Amino acid sequence: MVITTETPPRSDTRPRKAVRGGAAGARIPFWFAVPCLLIFAGVVAYPTLQGMYYAFTDWTGLGSDIHFNGIDNFVKLFSSPEAPEALGHTLLIAASVTIIQNLLGLLLAIGLHSKIKSRNVLRTLLFAPVVMTPVIVGYVWQFIFVPGGPFASLTESLGAPVGGLNVLGDPAFAIWGIITIVIWQHAGYSMVIFLAGMQNVPDELLEASALDGANAVQRFFWITWPLLRTPTLINVTLSLISSMKLFDQVMATTQGGPGNATQTLSTLLFSEAFLYNNYGYGISLGLIVFILIAVISFGQMRLFRERD
Amino acid sequence: MKKYTWRTGVLEAVMILVTAAFVFPLWLLVSVGFRPSAEVSLNPVAPPSSLYLENFSTAWEEGGLGPAFINSIYITAISVAILVVVGACASYYFSRSRGKAGLRWFAIVAAGMMVPFQIGVLPLYRVITDLGLAGNPVSLIIFNAGIHLPLTVILYTGFMRQLPAEYEEAARVDGASSFQTFWRIVVPLLLPVTGTVIVLDGVSIWNEFFTPLLYLGGTPNVTVPVQIYSFVGEFNTHWGQVFAGLLMASLPILLLFFAFQRYMIRSFGSGLKG
Repeated sequence: MVITTETPPRSDTRPRKAVRGGAAGARIPFWFAVPCLLIFAGVVAYPTLQGMYYAFTDWTGLGSDIHFNGIDNFVKLFSSPEAPEALGHTLLIAASVTIIQNLLGLLLAIGLHSKIKSRNVLRTLLFAPVVMTPVIVGYVWQFIFVPGGPFASLTESLGAPVGGLNVLGDPAFAIWGIITIVIWQHAGYSMVIFLAGMQNVPDELLEASALDGANAVQRFFWITWPLLRTPTLINVTLSLISSMKLFDQVMATTQGGPGNATQTLSTLLFSEAFLYNNYGYGISLGLIVFILIAVISFGQMRLFRERD
Repeated sequence: MKKYTWRTGVLEAVMILVTAAFVFPLWLLVSVGFRPSAEVSLNPVAPPSSLYLENFSTAWEEGGLGPAFINSIYITAISVAILVVVGACASYYFSRSRGKAGLRWFAIVAAGMMVPFQIGVLPLYRVITDLGLAGNPVSLIIFNAGIHLPLTVILYTGFMRQLPAEYEEAARVDGASSFQTFWRIVVPLLLPVTGTVIVLDGVSIWNEFFTPLLYLGGTPNVTVPVQIYSFVGEFNTHWGQVFAGLLMASLPILLLFFAFQRYMIRSFGSGLKG
C-alpha cells in the first residue's frame, strides 16, 4: 500500500497541535462513518471473505452445490501445468516492468528536470497514456504488432525474415510485447513521481557542489539520488502491485495466448472462474495474488518505517 | 539553476526526439481512423491523404458508442459523487474522533486496498442478482462505491489529519453542532483533496473493464470500454473503422486531460494508483 497524500496549504505559521483526539470537548458522532462502513462491509469485506471461503470449495460458480474440499484447489493449482506457468509469467512481467519502467521514468525525469524550454509540453505528452483506457491502449498496440503492421515492417527492414516479427503471435516474444505495452502506458507515471521528488532537492546544495567541482554525474549520484528514496519506493511498489493484477491489456491483445504464453494469474483466474465454471479453483488463484500483494505492501511499509 | 547552454540545447533535441518516438502510438490513434481500411493495410503508418470520415459514421452507428457514452458518464458521475460524500464524512470521524477507535476503523477500510477485487466480484454479483439488479447500471455503481472507498478514505483522512483543528474548535465553542462544523468549516477546506479524489476515482472508474464486462456484458447498459471490446471483436482487422471507434472512445478523457493537464498530473503525483 502506497500512501502519499496531498497536504493542505499551511494557513498560518503557528506550530500545529497534534489534531488526533479532536477539538477540545468535541465528540464526532460515529454515524459520520456509518455509510462508509456499511458500504465497505457489504461490497468489499463480506463478498471478499465469502470469495476466500469459496477458494476452499468445489463451487462451479453456478447453482448452490458447494462442497468444502480443503486445500484441494491449491494442490491442483501447483500440480497443474498452467498455474505455475501463469505465476512465472506474472513474476517475469512484474520484474521487467518494474525495472525497465522505473529506469525509463527516471531517465525521462532527469531529462525534463532541466532548463529545456519544451519541458511542460513533453511532460504532458509523456503522461497522456496514463489516463487512457487500458483496453484501448491494448488495441492500438495490437495494430502496431500485427503481421504486416508497423513493427513487423520495421524489423523486416532491419533484417528479420520476410514478413518481419509477429510479436504477439510468437510464443517467444508475446510476453515481451505485453511488457512493452504496460511500460508504455505507465512510464509517464513513474516519471512524474520522480520529478516530484527532484523538486525537493535543494538547488543550493547542487550549486555548492558544482562550485566544489562535482560534475553532473557526481551531483546526481551523491546528492539527488539519495533524496529520491521515497519516490523510488513508491514507484517500485506501484509497478509491482499493478503488474500482479495485470488483466486488461492482455485481454485486448493476446487473451493469454498464443498457447499459454501470456497467461497471467488474473487472466487464468478469469477463464477458470468465469468461462470454464471452476469458480472455487479460479478464486484460489486470486488468493495467491492477494498473498503476493500483501507481501509487497508489508515489505514497502517496513522500508518506509526503517527510514523514519 | 543554470543558464540555457549548448548542452541544454542538445538535451532538448534528444528529449524531443525521444518523446516523438514515444507518442507514435498516439499518432496512430489520431491518424489511422481517417484512412480507408484498404489503404491502411497497404501502408499502416502513412498520414491520411484526405480526411476520410466514413469510418467515423460507421463506427458510431455500428459501434453503439452513443448509448455507451451515456452509460459511462452516468455510472462514473454517480459513483464518484457517492465516494466523495461517503468518503469525506467517514474521514471526518476517522481523523477527528477521540481515542483510537477512528484510527482502527480507518486501518480496516484502508487495508481493502490490498484485496484483489476479483475475489469478491462474483459473491457480490449473487447478492445483486438476489436484489433484482442484475444487468442494471446500479449494480456497477454499488461495486464502484465500495471498491474505490479505501483509496478515497486514505486520501481524505491523510489530508484532514494535516488540517489544523483550531477553526473547528472555535466553531464548537460558538455552539455549532458536529454536523454544522463539518459542513460549514471542514467541507470548504477539503476542496483540493476532493479534486484529487475526483480525478483518481473518476479516471479509474471510467477506464474499468473487467467488472462492467461481468456485470453488464450483453445488456444495453454497457460502458465504453466494454462496448469497444465487442466492437473491435466484430470489426477485427478493418483497422480504419476500429481506429475511428478507438479515437472517439478516447476523446473525452484525452480532451479533459489536455485541458486540465497540470492539475490532473499533480493529482496523480500526489495520489496513489494500484
